[in-house]
Amino acid sequence: MIGVPAARPSNRYIDAFRDGRVARRLADAIWELVGKGRFSFMEVCGTHTVSAFRSGLRSMLPDGLELRSGPGCPVCVTPNSYLDRAIALGRKGMTLATFGDMFRVPGSSSSLLKERAMGAKVHVVYSPLDALRLAEDSDGTVVFLAVGFETTAPAVAATVLEARSRNLHKVKFLVAHKLIPPAMRCLLEDPDVRIDGFMCPGHVSVVIGSEPYRPLARDYGVPCVITGFEPLDMLQGIYLLARQKAEGMAEVQIAYRRVVRPDGNTKARELMEEVFRVVDDEWRGLGPVPESGLRLREEFGEWDAETIPVEVEPAVEPSGCRCGDVLRGTCSPPECALFGRACTPEHPVGACMVSSEGACAAWYRYGR
Amino acid sequence: MCLAVPMRVIEVRGDMGVAELWGVRREVGLHLLEDVEVGDYVLVHAGFAIEKVDPGEAERTLEMLSEIAGA
Repeated sequence: MIGVPAARPSNRYIDAFRDGRVARRLADAIWELVGKGRFSFMEVCGTHTVSAFRSGLRSMLPDGLELRSGPGCPVCVTPNSYLDRAIALGRKGMTLATFGDMFRVPGSSSSLLKERAMGAKVHVVYSPLDALRLAEDSDGTVVFLAVGFETTAPAVAATVLEARSRNLHKVKFLVAHKLIPPAMRCLLEDPDVRIDGFMCPGHVSVVIGSEPYRPLARDYGVPCVITGFEPLDMLQGIYLLARQKAEGMAEVQIAYRRVVRPDGNTKARELMEEVFRVVDDEWRGLGPVPESGLRLREEFGEWDAETIPVEVEPAVEPSGCRCGDVLRGTCSPPECALFGRACTPEHPVGACMVSSEGACAAWYRYGR
Repeated sequence: MCLAVPMRVIEVRGDMGVAELWGVRREVGLHLLEDVEVGDYVLVHAGFAIEKVDPGEAERTLEMLSEIAGA
C-alpha cells in the first residue's frame, strides 16, 4: 500500500450530513415552500456564510431567497481600540497569544502580523490553554486575547480558573467576549435592517440553548432556527425557516439537535457566570449595545490585562470601509466601493476582509 | 471562529482527554462537561469539548431529512 493514501476514516456526524442526493431534494422542497415569495434570512454566524458558499448551497436556492451575512464574526465586530490596546501591550515587551483569526486584522495603524515582523512576541494559539503553557515557559507576562462569542467564552473561563488553581500569575487575559442575542435584538430595532428569519448560530446555541431567542421571536415576529454547519444542517435550517414563513409562524426551532439541547450546556454557563460579568459593550457596525459583552469579575483582577497601564493610540476607523454596514446586513460586500479594489485578502482595509469567516473574505473567495 | 468539530474520545484523565478525528489526535479540555467516557463523540472548539454528540438525535434528524426529501 506504499504510496496509496489511506481512505479517510468516516465520521457519521459529518459525512451523513453531506449527502448530495438528500441535499438536492431538500433544495427542491425549499423551492416549493418559497414559491413566488421573497425572503431575506440572516446567517447570524460567519461560519454559516463560509459554509453556504463553500458547499455550493447558495446556487441551489431560489432567487427569491436571500441569505444575508450578520454580525457573527468575533474579530470583525471587535472595535479597533481593542486591537490597539493589545498592540500597545506587545510594544511594552509582553508576549501576545491570539487565535489565528485576529493575527492579520488591521488596527488603527498596525496589526499583530506587522508588529511581529517588527520584533513583537506574538504567538498564534489554537486553545486558550496554550497561553498557560506559554506563560509557564516564559520569563515575562503572556497576554491572551480573549475574543469570541458564547461558544468560546466558557473555554476561556475554564482557562482563567485553571490559571488560578495553578497559581499562575504571569498570564493575563484581555477580555472582549460578546453575546449574540443582544446584538440580534439591536438589529431588529434598526429600521434599515430587514430580516424575515434568523439562522441562529449553532455553536453559540450549544452553550446558551434555545430559550434566549424566544423573546426575539415573540416580540418581533421573526422565526429563529438554530442551525448547524454541514450542508444538510444548513438546508434543514433554511427549510424550517421557509416553512415557518409559509405557515405564518414565528417560533424558535432547533435544526441541530445532535448537539444543541433546549437548555444548552449548563456547566459551561456556570463557569462563564463565575468568571465574567456582563457589561454594555461596543460593536463595530452596531455601536454600543446594552448588556452585550463580558469582562472579568473583580476577583480575577490579577489576571485582567485591562488593568495594565499602557498608552494606547486614539482609535481610527478606515475611511470608506463599509464593514459596519456589512455586519448589520444592510450592505452586501460587493456593494462597498473598496471591495476587490482597494480592499482584498492580501491588502485588507477592514476586518471583514481578513477574518477567515468575514463576509467580505467569503464573498471575495467564493462569490465573485 | 465558532468552528467546532465532532471528535471521538480515546482517552480520559481527569479534566483532560485525547480525542480523534480522521486520524488526527488532539488533547482536549473536558472542564465543560460531566461524565465523558472513552468512545463518546464530543464537539471540540478551541481545545475544549463543549458538548457531547447525541447519537439518537443525529439518527432522528437524518430520518426526518430523508422524509422531507421524500427518499
